[in-house]
Amino acid sequence: MTASAKPAASSSAPQYKVLGTRPIRHDGTDKVTGRAIYAADLHLPGMAYGRVIRSPHAHARIRSIDFSAALALPGVLAVTSAADMPDLKNKFADLGEGRVNLAHLGANCLAQGKVLYRGHAVAAVAAVSPHVAEEAAKLVRIEYEPLPAVTWVLDAMKPNAPLLHDDVFTESMGQLSDKPSNVSRHIHFEQGDVQRGFAQADVVIEREYRTASVHQGYIEPHACTALWNQDGHVTIWTATQGSFSCRQQVAELLELPVSRVTVVPCEIGGGFGGKIPIYLEPVAVLLSRKCGRPVKLTMTRSDVFEGTGPTPGSFVRVKLGATRDGKLVAGEAWLAYDAGAFPGGMIGPGCMCVFSCYEIPHARVDGYDVCLNKPKTAAYRAPGATQAAFACESVIDELAERLNIDPIEFRLKNAAKEGTRRVDGPVYPRIGLVEVLEAARASEHWNTPLAGPWRGRGVAAGYWFNIGLKSSASASVNADGTVTLVEGSTDIGGTRTSVAMQLAETLGIAAEDVRPQVADTDSVGYTDVTGGSRVTFATGLAAYQVGLDIRRQMAERAALLWECDPALVRFEDGVFRTDGRSITFKELAAKLHATGGPVVGRAAVDPEGPTHGFGAHIVDVEVDPDTGKVTILRYTAVQDAGKAVHPSYVEGQMQGGTVQGIGWALNEEYWFDDRGQMRNASFLDYRMPTALDVPMIETIIVEVPNPDHPYGVRGVGETPIVPPPAALANAIYRATGVRLRELPMSPPRVWAALAAAGKSS
Amino acid sequence: MAKKHHLSAVVNGEPVEFLCEARQSLLEVLRDVLHLTGAKEGCNNGNCGACTVLLDGLPVNSCLVLAVEADGCRITTVEGLADATHLHPLQQCFLEDAALQCGVCTPGFLVAAKALLDKNPNPSEQEIRFELANNLCRCTGYDKIVRAVQHAAARLREART
Repeated sequence: MTASAKPAASSSAPQYKVLGTRPIRHDGTDKVTGRAIYAADLHLPGMAYGRVIRSPHAHARIRSIDFSAALALPGVLAVTSAADMPDLKNKFADLGEGRVNLAHLGANCLAQGKVLYRGHAVAAVAAVSPHVAEEAAKLVRIEYEPLPAVTWVLDAMKPNAPLLHDDVFTESMGQLSDKPSNVSRHIHFEQGDVQRGFAQADVVIEREYRTASVHQGYIEPHACTALWNQDGHVTIWTATQGSFSCRQQVAELLELPVSRVTVVPCEIGGGFGGKIPIYLEPVAVLLSRKCGRPVKLTMTRSDVFEGTGPTPGSFVRVKLGATRDGKLVAGEAWLAYDAGAFPGGMIGPGCMCVFSCYEIPHARVDGYDVCLNKPKTAAYRAPGATQAAFACESVIDELAERLNIDPIEFRLKNAAKEGTRRVDGPVYPRIGLVEVLEAARASEHWNTPLAGPWRGRGVAAGYWFNIGLKSSASASVNADGTVTLVEGSTDIGGTRTSVAMQLAETLGIAAEDVRPQVADTDSVGYTDVTGGSRVTFATGLAAYQVGLDIRRQMAERAALLWECDPALVRFEDGVFRTDGRSITFKELAAKLHATGGPVVGRAAVDPEGPTHGFGAHIVDVEVDPDTGKVTILRYTAVQDAGKAVHPSYVEGQMQGGTVQGIGWALNEEYWFDDRGQMRNASFLDYRMPTALDVPMIETIIVEVPNPDHPYGVRGVGETPIVPPPAALANAIYRATGVRLRELPMSPPRVWAALAAAGKSS
Repeated sequence: MAKKHHLSAVVNGEPVEFLCEARQSLLEVLRDVLHLTGAKEGCNNGNCGACTVLLDGLPVNSCLVLAVEADGCRITTVEGLADATHLHPLQQCFLEDAALQCGVCTPGFLVAAKALLDKNPNPSEQEIRFELANNLCRCTGYDKIVRAVQHAAARLREART
């Protein structure tokens, strides 16, 4: 069942015609008929097929690369390695979501001198067919000098740990360490007086939590085709979350002006943050430059696991203190997140999110970004927040139990609200956590008793920022009264429609009367990545402003027809009016050619985020004491969407994020042997949830409008992955009396914990 | 290079002939030789179901079938579900019920669901989950997919009565 809980209707609540309805998505027919073109579906005349050669070692020096045997194979067209990349030294670039060291980015695409993880790209070949390329790849002789590897974050922080980089130093409080280190950054946040805070506490609980690396697990492997044309212009057709970000990364790495690179975003088969970095694109460009043909590169599933960003493995220690009447007074968190092979992981947001749901007057957070011999981490849906919430929300649950307070009541007593200062500094504007928790408390699920042995109910809250950033859009009015919308946000999950609906609402026309198109980097203004739950918020804002621009121009045309002052033309419910006269949007659209020509609206926006997304999840489980298997009996996700533009797709984000969180909690993990080799790099052994593993996911959408968006939109995509691991750990505790503090809570681990507590059979 | 094999099959109701190497999978031939790119490669080892097609009416992972094995067979891909003017009820219900997000697993789910409804016109939720467990979706959490299949099953039953 899906419910939609709305705050008490007030007379001033806006009434929408399009927002809140459930039209069929504009790109739907292409996607259910197999016509939609994803990156791997592209076929160009004369296309060559590439293959990347990857490191078999977790850590090794590259002694030599010998292409001679590969080049002798008939059908081989080109080979490449880091020797063909410009030397970028320590050049930095702002890629929209922060500064990136280009030398590291380049060395991740093609290893420079050393390989830093198994699966690290070392070289590539292009040939007339994928099979010839595969054979040629096996003929490339690479000599390695293996080095000791480290794959657990606490081991990598030890002074005697194998060192990955001699140019990475620990940055702490603006100071750099004097010796190179795997620890690239120490973050410290503090507010109040932590010692005094804990002294006020009647109960203090401190626990340690560990999480394994997990992968975003998009079903479409990375793929791209690049053409270095004879005029020197580069075109890239690719699976990316951000065509402009991809363009900039490739241009910076290959030292090309951005205007010489066109990125054509194909339909994208899932990303979740993992298709923000580039991997194949510069390699395909180098191969194309050498062979003069378009070159297609695709990854295998093992390549995806071993060569693209997982999320950090982590160690988190959380200490919280509360008074007898249930007020949190002090908190302390110590987080170490692995960044993978290169610095710049997800520790920043982890530190900012760990206490983000609560008002804690005295708090301190220390975080560490740690390099080790795993693929460089990439964003994964609320990057860094889930690990932190697993720790914090588990301790919150223990505190509530110790104080004999209902876990939702305890959260409500301490919930962050407007005016609460987060430990990293910002003060919240109007947010919806209290409403979310109240909706959870009032839910049918929470009020239905759960009975039976080995069964338990858990609850957890979660937070993600949701960002703003830059978006551009334009739209032209057609003579039949429809509008063609051009936007730069690649559409991963239905944003063509959620953006088009906001333009339709603004123009008073039907959602179906807007035709949205995602354009390449030559055809639309700069637009940041599809990430940070930003598209429906920020590109939606651009669409709204496009609508206002069109309304203004159309009002001028109406004024021309009526020979009146444009300022006297009003627009209401899709109709332009002045005293005694009116004309519908559609009627006026038919007269544009006679009143001055086409009307094109445009907008470029850079709204301030974050928009603050809060959620709370309730889960019922049954634990099998013989096997340790956790079965989910019932699951409810509650979330503040601000305004649910298309409720079905909001529910879909909540359900999909929840199930990813369930996979993270119960089964998924990168499993490394002592040589740093991932031993489960397939969908058979890396166990993502199937339809049979989960129940229906009930959703309750709360709408506390975002004051910084004309329609109140907050963004919804990421928050729902945050609560599940903690909610499940809390449920398992209620079912068994045993607390699990390490992810995944897979059957062997649950069974072992039960056995250790004398509870398994 | 080995000599290519000359094969014939009926793909989406149309007789086709094609050449392929012995090492080429049915998925590769569908996509690269016949240019039917609806079936997707998600893993190439039978674990994700994105390449599901019907081979003589039964669902198979086309990445695990050699193209030469399909000689003389009837093959249905996602491109063969709709007729010239109408989507198949499964396709229509997937759209109405928002059962896809990125859409890359959708062709496999549609074909697998068709195979299910062909043999069981009124499956329970559990039967749908069991039969579709070979198909991975990372976006939807499966809820809306299961509902869309139930919806399509009801619509197909209505159409028959």
